[in-house]
Amino acid sequence: MTEIIRLKGVSRSYGQPPTNALSEVDLMVEAGEFVAIVGPSGSGKSTMLNLLGTVDRPSAGTATIDGAAVNGLSDSMLSALRAYRIGFVFQQFHLSEGITATENVADGLLYTGVPRAERQRRAHAALKRVGLEHRLGHKPHQLSGGERQRVAIARAVAGNPPLLLADEPTGNLDSVSGATIIELLHELNRQGTTVLVITHDTELASQLPRQITLRDGRIVADSGRVSS
Amino acid sequence: MTPAIERTTEQRAPHGKSRMRPGDVVRVGTTGLRSRPTRAILSALGIAIGISAMIAVVGISSSSQAKLNNDLQSLGTNMLTAQAGKDIFGKPTTLPANTVAQIQRINGVESASSTAALANHHIYRNSLIAPGQTGGLSVQVADLNLLNVVSGKIRTGTWLNRATAEYPAVVLGADTADRLGIHTPGSSVRIGNQNFTVVGILDPVPLAPDLNTAALIGSEIAARLFGFDGNPVRIYERSSDESVETVRPLIAPTANPQAPRDVEVSRPSDALAAKYAADQAFTGLLLGLGSIALLVGGIGVANTMVISVLERRREIGLRRALGATRGHIRSQFLVEALLLSAMGGVVGAALGTGVTAIIATANGWPVAVPWPVLGAGVLATLAIGAIAGLYPAIRAARTPPTTALSG
Ligand SMILES: Nc1ncnc2c1ncn2[C@@H]1O[C@H](COP(=O)(O)OP(=O)(O)OP(=O)(O)O)[C@@H](O)[C@H]1O
Ligand SMILES: [Mg+2]
Repeated sequence: MTEIIRLKGVSRSYGQPPTNALSEVDLMVEAGEFVAIVGPSGSGKSTMLNLLGTVDRPSAGTATIDGAAVNGLSDSMLSALRAYRIGFVFQQFHLSEGITATENVADGLLYTGVPRAERQRRAHAALKRVGLEHRLGHKPHQLSGGERQRVAIARAVAGNPPLLLADEPTGNLDSVSGATIIELLHELNRQGTTVLVITHDTELASQLPRQITLRDGRIVADSGRVSS
Repeated sequence: MTPAIERTTEQRAPHGKSRMRPGDVVRVGTTGLRSRPTRAILSALGIAIGISAMIAVVGISSSSQAKLNNDLQSLGTNMLTAQAGKDIFGKPTTLPANTVAQIQRINGVESASSTAALANHHIYRNSLIAPGQTGGLSVQVADLNLLNVVSGKIRTGTWLNRATAEYPAVVLGADTADRLGIHTPGSSVRIGNQNFTVVGILDPVPLAPDLNTAALIGSEIAARLFGFDGNPVRIYERSSDESVETVRPLIAPTANPQAPRDVEVSRPSDALAAKYAADQAFTGLLLGLGSIALLVGGIGVANTMVISVLERRREIGLRRALGATRGHIRSQFLVEALLLSAMGGVVGAALGTGVTAIIATANGWPVAVPWPVLGAGVLATLAIGAIAGLYPAIRAARTPPTTALSG
């Protein structure tokens, strides 16, 4: 199997004197895995996901994402990595109000230089994948929470990225909508996408093939293969 | 679907670069304007007011310049006047009776005419007005060719002729007619203690403003009724355009060989141009005010953009997560600032042109807004937009994507 994520001694510190939000984390994830990241609040889950998504850089250690060493990449190369290879899903959805579901999803391809008509076409396809083909022209405020999160997922996967990162995607949803979202992530994973999802829901996490537990910025448990 | 990718080196990205189509750059640059239209309009308004003020100031001044040029064109710049000065006691003097004939003998002179103010006789609407209330009006004896020499025009009625010059007939200057409340020929007025019939009323005479407040009568009737001695006070002279400067020094010695220093020679078209130049100084002041307004407008745009960047940290973070480079974020906010001020610039240019058109039309001037000024105005707003947007755009691009996303 191909590895898609490798962290080696990765730390992320904030402030002066520096306090570590993440301390010397080693992690390896192979392409096609479905990983749950759990841990108490403030344990560094979001910090780690941001590093994996290359929106943040490690203070120490090396992160290799999709074969690219993040430390040495320029802003434009990191941005390209995010544009083509990484999809993000957030707890607060982060949809743009005032524009339709289709336009929100199409914006997922905005920075790949794909022509607008083609973006719309792929947005329709992505919305169909998440079961929202009947909500193409709806604006975010006309959608339920679960539907909004499905639009956000459609946006994240519109460009077929190999890596999907979700930070508490069910955190703002009731259990039924949450279950739909997790099922959707399962489906995407079955189609080949590597999925890492942060969750507070231990029951939900226990259903996933691999759980990584963080505490005080360190990985204290990993049900999957222990990385080197 | 599986991310099994061939890679030559770890550093070479196996996919395209992060990029935006030019059309998308503009479209994304309008998102802020579309989501907060009121704020956009208000901050564009600042720019619009500044640029419209400047364009109106320039437009109005160039319209009046165009009017002046037209006037000078039709009035000619080849007229000189010579005026008898005052004697050592401060009493007005006169020129010798043959002055016009002498002036006409100067090489290059094409025509000459004269007037003589009758200092002791005044014009009244009727005999009931107290003699002291002269209203600043003068009674002047005019040569019959005066109107041609000064390019004057009759508004209504007729100019004096050989016949009417012998009768108590008077032609009123434009202001004289207004002040006396006389608008039609045929009315009768009092000059001295005599009744005169108004035979004509003049349009304002730009090259001889003195005539606007005058009542003009013929020399024969003046001699008969008021003892006019035939000595002119003021000479109007036309030469060919080229000989104006050679004629000018000869006028005073010719008009009054005994006391050439007592003769004031002037060129009325210079006075018109000087008055216009004085207006231009005022224009410079207004232009300064306009540019301050523009500066304030630019600060307004910068302020709006800074607030917008602070408010839209989440949007910025999201766009970064979707693959936007710092450059993309920078250009988004720069384009937004440019569009904002360009909007203001275009509206302001239209407004300024409109104001110019209204004021010029109301004054009877040709409407002249120089195209280069309009272009420069719009370019200036773009420059202001770029300057105003630069700092907010750089700030937006520097916002760390994680900060932008949390919260
Ligand atoms: N920008 C920042 N500046 C300073 N400290 C930060 C910053 N971001 C995170 N931290 C700190 O790093 C630690 C880990 O934060 P992180 O957001 O990763 O936790 P988390 O596991 O995602 O928690 P939660 O489950 O509440 O989302 C926390 O103590 C937090 O205060
Ligand atoms: Mg978190």
